[in-house]
This record gives sequence, C-alpha cells and structure tokens, in this order.
Amino acid sequence: MFNNPIRKWLIVPAAVLMAAAIALAGCPGGGGGGDGLSGSFSIIGSNTVTPLSSVWAEDFMKVNPGVSIAVSGPGSGAGIASLINGTTDICQASRMIRQTEIDSARANGVEPYEIQVATDALSVVVHPSNPVLELTIVQLSAIYTNRITNWREVGGNDEPIVVISRDTNSGTHVFFKEHVVQMKGLPTEDKTLEYGSKVLFLPSTKEGVDEVAQNPNAIFYPGLGYVTEEVKPLAIKATADTPGVLPSVETALDGSYPIARPLLFYTNGEPTGAVRAFIDYCLSAEGQAKVTEVGYVPLQ
Amino acid sequence: MLGQQVPVATAEAGPDKGLRRRWRIGEKFIEGWIFLAGLLAIVVLLGIIALLLKEGLPVFLDTPPWEFFFGTKWYPVSEPPTFGIMPFFVSTLWITLVATAISVPVGVACAAYLAEVAPNKVRETVKPIVELLAGIPSVVMGFIGLMLLSPLVQSAFNLNTGLCGLSAGIMLSLMSLPIIVSVSEDALRAVPDQFRQASYALGATRWETIIHVSIPAALSGITAAVMLGVGRAIGETMTVLMVAGGALAVPLSPTEPMMPMTAAIASGIGNAVRGGLQYQALFAIGLVLFVLTLAVNVIADRVLERQKRKFAR
Repeated sequence: MFNNPIRKWLIVPAAVLMAAAIALAGCPGGGGGGDGLSGSFSIIGSNTVTPLSSVWAEDFMKVNPGVSIAVSGPGSGAGIASLINGTTDICQASRMIRQTEIDSARANGVEPYEIQVATDALSVVVHPSNPVLELTIVQLSAIYTNRITNWREVGGNDEPIVVISRDTNSGTHVFFKEHVVQMKGLPTEDKTLEYGSKVLFLPSTKEGVDEVAQNPNAIFYPGLGYVTEEVKPLAIKATADTPGVLPSVETALDGSYPIARPLLFYTNGEPTGAVRAFIDYCLSAEGQAKVTEVGYVPLQ
Repeated sequence: MLGQQVPVATAEAGPDKGLRRRWRIGEKFIEGWIFLAGLLAIVVLLGIIALLLKEGLPVFLDTPPWEFFFGTKWYPVSEPPTFGIMPFFVSTLWITLVATAISVPVGVACAAYLAEVAPNKVRETVKPIVELLAGIPSVVMGFIGLMLLSPLVQSAFNLNTGLCGLSAGIMLSLMSLPIIVSVSEDALRAVPDQFRQASYALGATRWETIIHVSIPAALSGITAAVMLGVGRAIGETMTVLMVAGGALAVPLSPTEPMMPMTAAIASGIGNAVRGGLQYQALFAIGLVLFVLTLAVNVIADRVLERQKRKFAR
C-alpha cells in the first residue's frame, strides 16, 4: 500500500537529464578534466528550485566528470523532511525553514545551514483571454479563501473562478499562504485564514501552469521560471492605492514587486568537499548567469 | 508429469527401501518449504497490520476518532493542525463508484463476447491486447487523463475544470478493465460446454444462453474479477493524484475536484517528519484503506460462498 511510486514522474526526468549529462561529459574514469573533484550527492526539495538546480548540476557535472548529482523536486517540505531524516545532502527550499523543523533537525543531530542562491518573483497567472490585469493582495486572499468566487467581483467576466494551488509538500504553498492568504505584513493580516475547501491542490507546478493554459477561468501561482507564453501574469498591488507591478527580474531586484522570496539551499552544517565546490559554483558569476537564463532573479 | 510418475512407480513396485526413504525425506523437505512459504505470507500481513496500528493509532491521542473520521477539515501544516478525513473518504467512494459503474458492464460484456461469441482467431488476438492495457504504467494513464480526457470531460459536462472525480474514475475504469475482462473470460470459458449444449437443446438462443446459463454459472469467477477491479480502483494512487483535482471539500457529486485517500497519503507523506502528528494521521488513513479493501474481500468471499451453496443444491 505504501509502495506506490510517489512522485517518480518528477524524479525520472531528473534522472534522464542526469544520464544525458553524464553521457555528454564523456566516459567516467577516462581521467582528465576538472580539478579531480569526485563524489556523489543529492539535492531534494522545492519543485520551484528544481529547474535551476538541474541546470547547475548538469553544468557542474560537465566540468567535473567525477561528480554525480541527483536532483529531485517533491517540494520544500519534503526536502526539509529529508534533511532532518538525513537522506539528502542539499535541501533546496522556496521557503525559510521553520523553528519547529530546526528543533526536530537538532534532535536528530542535524544542524541546518542556510545559503540563499537566488530570488524568485512569485507570479500569479491566468488564462491569456482573461480580461483581468491586476489584483490586490486582499483580493487574492479573498479568492484563495473562497470568499470571492466569481471573476465579475474583481472586474472580469461573469464566470466562476477555478482556484489552483500547490499541495502541502510545496514551499510555495506555505509561502503563498503566509504572505498572500494571511496577508503577512499588511494591516489586514489574519493568521487564522486557510486555503478554501474549493481550492484544487495539484502535485506539481507544471501541472498547475498546464491547467491555467487550457482553462479560461483558472488562476495559479507559479515561480517566475515556470511562466510561459501560454499564461498571463497579473500585476500585483500591495494595497489598493499602490500601482500594480508585474513580476520580472527588475521589479524583484528593486523590491517593488510585493511577493518576491528567497530560493535557498540547506545543508547539514557548513558544506565541505564536492558539495562546497558545487555551491561555490552556483554563487559564482557564471552560476548566477544561469539563474537569469532559467527565469529567476540572480543575487546582486 | 511423466518424470514424477516414474519414481513413484519405482518406489511402490521396487524393493529398494533406500530410494523410498530418500523419497520420503524429499517429500518432507518440500512440505516444510511450502509450509514456510505459507507462513511467510501471514507473517508479512501481520507485520503490515502491526506497523499500521503502531504508527497510525497514536493520532487518536490528539484527534478524537469522531473528529478524525467525520471531520471535514484537513490542514496538516497549520498551527494547530486539524485532521478530518471525511473529504478523502467520500472522494474514494465516488471515484470507485464511477470506475466500477463503467468497467463492470463493459468488462463483463467484453468477456462474454470473447468467451462465447468471438471466433478463436479474434479471441486469441483481442485478449492479449486487452491484457496489454494492464501493463500501461499508472503515470502514463495520469498524463493521458491530464492532457486528453480532462479537457473533454470539461467541455462535455460544461464544468469549471476537467480535473475532477469523474475524469479520475474514467481513467481508473480503463485500468481495472483488463483485470475484469481477463478473469471473467477465464471463468466463462471454464463453464462446461454441456451446459450450453443443454440450453441450445431446449431451444434457447445464444443471447438467452449467455444471460441465463453461462454468466450465472460463471458468477463466482466474475464476482472475483469485479472485486479485483474494485480493489485496483480503491488502491490506485498516481493517476488519481494527477487527475482528480485535489480539492479538500467533501464532494457532493463526482464532477467536483476531489482528493481520494491514496492521493492524500501520497501528497502528504513527503513532508511528514517521521513520528510527527501528520505522519501518524497519514498512517491512520492507510489503516482505513486497509480495512476498506479487507471489507471488499470479505464481501467477495461471502458472495462466492453463497454461490457455491446455490450450485450444490
């Protein structure tokens, strides 16, 4: 009953990617290349960070044929649970680790060490045919708690809103709940608010974007890296008086976009060896250039 | 067959006592081996039950059983968390109902055609193809449901979204179809030909023979087939996780997005810290699933028993 292949379909593409990367890097054990770095480690966690980590891992393995990196993206919560249980070397996360999680990690002899590797402008997307152009945080909160259920109430067509969210494994789920549903930092903040019971919880970000691309009434919140031509990002207004800001690298960097967030790596203590070399590469100018390519926001 | 008969004949006829003793020792060894294999299955089953109880029951120290089974709110990552599994339970029932309602009539009809009507050549080609359907990985079925079926269901029923229990049920019916067809067809073919010949001799048409003779005679096998299909539908995870929509409301109709028990476990177990409250709650859902499939098996057993008595009369 518990042998079901949970999320294998997320791991499989990563594995295929890895296999391709290894094949490209040439025969292992053929000597030469890199600075003799070797070892293998895993990166588990955020679905949002996965496209970025995969690119980094692929490039790093090309330069260092002795290193093999396995990337999988079941969700930040799952990644942090893996870090606590000692089953991953790097946990990728799209939300900060909670105090309760730090406590249970320490109880297991794991000391979480946090490294910010990029920034994400969490985008709110709708179908391109949807006439709505901008929403306030308060409106978004009302939509995700099912208090607003028709697009007409926010200036759109007279159609029901199909509200889509990630499942509880996702760091994006938790970040969006705290910063948008519960309106953290606004005068209207209310920590008792929860996602409404009509919200669809989907197991991957890609699936949510696909549903928005074919459903004119759907709304979803993917990371900036997942926004495609087939969906339309909305301008977000922190309050009713401030101007709407579209998510982009520039607006996230200058701080004007209201729902930007850090993308993080967690390791057990300060990283060493191959893990250290990999993270140094991610933070280098070359690594940060990849961040823009994938569609996220590089560190300054 | 032949190879077995020869030593028996020698042992019985020949005066060679050494060979007979060796034969006995071999017999005992095989007996013990089979006994151990049987025991292993029971030990594994008991182990699973024990694990489910050990990991699942502690949740009731925090959430009273009444709240757990009839609660309609599932917020595992909130402070404080609430665990009510009513939405998952009702979703599982809806999806299984849809899957069964489609796969049983289609599957039994297909089996009846293959066993009673189709020429040998057709049967020998069609049956392996139907069985091939069982080999399609559930993830692939999920993709097909996501990309092809859900937009169709959405426009056909004029729904807000095609990611709903109905789409999931239709995909699951495709997945349990091969089991139902294959096992029912075997059961129908096992019905002695004299039954049919007697029916034809009494002037019954082919249709009347299938409906009144063949299917009733094979009913025990068909019931087993249906129960296997239902079991598959209840336990299937990946497809429903991808296609059912995953809403937390108690679904009032199969056209609403929903999250069955298997999907709830699969989507929650990843971020559940071992021994935590959410972990225990998920194991308790596993326990409920286990009891549900057990109930299906017990009911199937009863039906089979009644069927046997009916035939004995």
